[in-house]
Amino acid sequence: MERGARTVLWCTGLSLALVTSVLASATIGPVRIPVEVVAKVVLDAVSVPTLDLVGGSGKPTAAAVPITQVGIGVEFVSPFDLSAPETSRVIVTQLRLPRIVLAAIVGFSLAAAGTVMQGFFRNPMADPSIIGVSSGAAAGAVAFIVFPLTVPFGLQGMAFGGALAAAFLVYLLATEGGRTPVATLLLAGIAIQTFLGAMISFMLLQAGWQLQEAVYWLMGHLHSSSWDEVVATLPVALLAFCMLAAYARDLNVLLLGEEDAHSLGIEVERTKRVLLGVASVITAGAVAVAGVIGFVGLIVPHVMRLLVGPDHRILLPTSALAGAVFLVVTDTVARTGPAELPVGIVTAALGAPFFIYLLRRREVHAL
Amino acid sequence: MIAVENVGVTLGGESIVEGVSFDVPRGSLVGLVGPNGAGKTTIVNAINGLLAPDEGRVEIDGDPMPRLSAREVSRRVATVPQDSSMSFEFPVRDVVAMGRTPHRSRFERESAADREAVAEALRRTQVAEFADRSIDEVSGGERQRVILARALCQRSPCLLLDEPTASLDIGHGVRILRLVRDLVSEGKAALAAIHDLDLAARFCDELVLLAEGEVLAADTPREVLTEAHLEAAFDVEVAVTPHPITGAMSVTALSDRPTRERSVHVLGGGQAGAAAIVACRKAGFETTAGPLPEDDVALARARAFGIEVTTAKPFAPITPAVRREVARLVRDADVTVLASDREPYYELATRSERTVVLGEGSDATATEATTASATSENEAGTDPTRAEGGAVLDSRAEDGEVEAEERKSDARRRVWVANGDDLVAGIERVLDERDEGEN
Repeated sequence: MERGARTVLWCTGLSLALVTSVLASATIGPVRIPVEVVAKVVLDAVSVPTLDLVGGSGKPTAAAVPITQVGIGVEFVSPFDLSAPETSRVIVTQLRLPRIVLAAIVGFSLAAAGTVMQGFFRNPMADPSIIGVSSGAAAGAVAFIVFPLTVPFGLQGMAFGGALAAAFLVYLLATEGGRTPVATLLLAGIAIQTFLGAMISFMLLQAGWQLQEAVYWLMGHLHSSSWDEVVATLPVALLAFCMLAAYARDLNVLLLGEEDAHSLGIEVERTKRVLLGVASVITAGAVAVAGVIGFVGLIVPHVMRLLVGPDHRILLPTSALAGAVFLVVTDTVARTGPAELPVGIVTAALGAPFFIYLLRRREVHAL
Repeated sequence: MIAVENVGVTLGGESIVEGVSFDVPRGSLVGLVGPNGAGKTTIVNAINGLLAPDEGRVEIDGDPMPRLSAREVSRRVATVPQDSSMSFEFPVRDVVAMGRTPHRSRFERESAADREAVAEALRRTQVAEFADRSIDEVSGGERQRVILARALCQRSPCLLLDEPTASLDIGHGVRILRLVRDLVSEGKAALAAIHDLDLAARFCDELVLLAEGEVLAADTPREVLTEAHLEAAFDVEVAVTPHPITGAMSVTALSDRPTRERSVHVLGGGQAGAAAIVACRKAGFETTAGPLPEDDVALARARAFGIEVTTAKPFAPITPAVRREVARLVRDADVTVLASDREPYYELATRSERTVVLGEGSDATATEATTASATSENEAGTDPTRAEGGAVLDSRAEDGEVEAEERKSDARRRVWVANGDDLVAGIERVLDERDEGEN
């Protein structure tokens, strides 16, 4: 089958799987809410921006409720009114959906970044944290929790800033004379990760009563997620993903090796900078709101590579969508157990055995 | 198309290539030959922009390289690298289509021109038949064709090939080069770093011989692939002969050259001396030579082999210093080959216990002319060429002590006459006799 058609087919399928898993996840919790009620709530919450031709009277449908007025003549209109029960509406829209949607965004971001990093490093062990992004975020977050700091955007701001600072430091360490050898980058990443690990351990020793909060953050979590976090993360994730997608073909050519890529007209160092930068930003966005969630960025790209092949034009979008589905599912497991677990524990506990199974079947062996 | 001017590249403080200049005109295939580490790949990388030369410049079609972006270079020059590491499972067709990268902008979709270029490249390289297989499943020869197909897709006027035939069997190697020849005859300019000298001689219009980062020779294969050039470049004995079938020059490295414990000193220059030096070296004797005039052909040979040689001024009597030096070499050598009928050489030859005289026009393969008892002073005295030996005797007087020593061994001197073709047999013969005598 033609690649384009395959891409569309896979993406459509995975998008449907994502919608399904989101809706199914929203039914699950201490209060069971039937799927049709969830569907009603979601449809009710849908609001469509329309051109207001008449002027605020909500012409298109009789039940239209103008929510916000943005500029002149644009009006948000909810096309549905299926009158779902109020308690269900609050549980779904205020408690469950923000967390589920955030899980989808985080999974999407980590899997996309993981795909790019594995291609970039031509190394099957690469994941989004390989250049120190996660360690930087963790160091920033723990510092914020342990020490009385005042920074813009609080914990998330510190984590995001720490992630980017660590990635930039690794990049600077590995760059000499305008060239950034991939192997040096890998080693510099490991050195910085180790160093930041020591810093984090030290800070945890000083933590006192905040220790539990810090450890909980480090394990990766999605509890108490809010729509604010969704609104902050979604644009970063989408924008960064679009940039990565634009470089999918360059990433394919980079797989041939840097010298070959150069002779095929790729400005290798510039492309590497763009890919590293954007992949770091998308990872930092995810890690800042969800803590260090391991394994999503490592195994999801591997599994998708088995299914769709190594071409990043199809691998990148499918991995991102599959990552979203994976994290929605694992987070649902995490929050429905007898005691709520940090989702990082679940991804690792479910992901590692599955990965070992693939490894033993020799299906995952290289890029 | 490709002009390399005085290019020098220094990597890590070490000069890799220096002062390299050559041209690759449109419609010709130039071979870059030389030993491993001579700088062939460095030159290729300087041309495709992977390395920026520290000195000199590279021009592609009149455009100096540093001004071109990677994309612009890749539209002008396609490179077939020495080895492409591909351990992932791209279908062959996709790998070939990556050759269109220079012609497509980031958001452009595959055009009809792209598809047409890919189809043509697949067909010409005969890759089409396995285009749907994964690149990590094809053999080495097939992979090399895939990479060549990828380069063809670039539709560039210049083609660089770095060891295109390394790791290929002879059939695939010849097929690849024949295809490159076809492309060249359509007007491309191609430069190929090749270590197989026979293939280089057969397919290239011109060769550039690199050694230790410098151009040793640049000309037609016939001019470049000479024994002296190759022995200097590769530091190994070689024989260059026209190939019986292709007619191209064929090079055989005598890597298993016999190394004999014995040493030979060649007295005399000119063609005879040069031939004797070559024969002795090829046979594996430790060889010395001299005295040789500074413009002598034998001296050029001796220098190409890097052997110890004593030089003398042309058309002048041998000075006492030179004579002493040569006398030392003759005494140190196990056998002396006398390749001259000039007076002073005869005299010097008498200092050796074993001498082989290159006889002219002799039908005999190795004629025993004189043996132990019947040698030397008397016979030499009666030799007509020694009639005016006064000067020789004068010079002898200078180191009388040595002379006395030499005289003692006269009783055991052996002299053979051999013609040029049987020189080595002659040398072996005198050596055998000495050994017998010792036993």
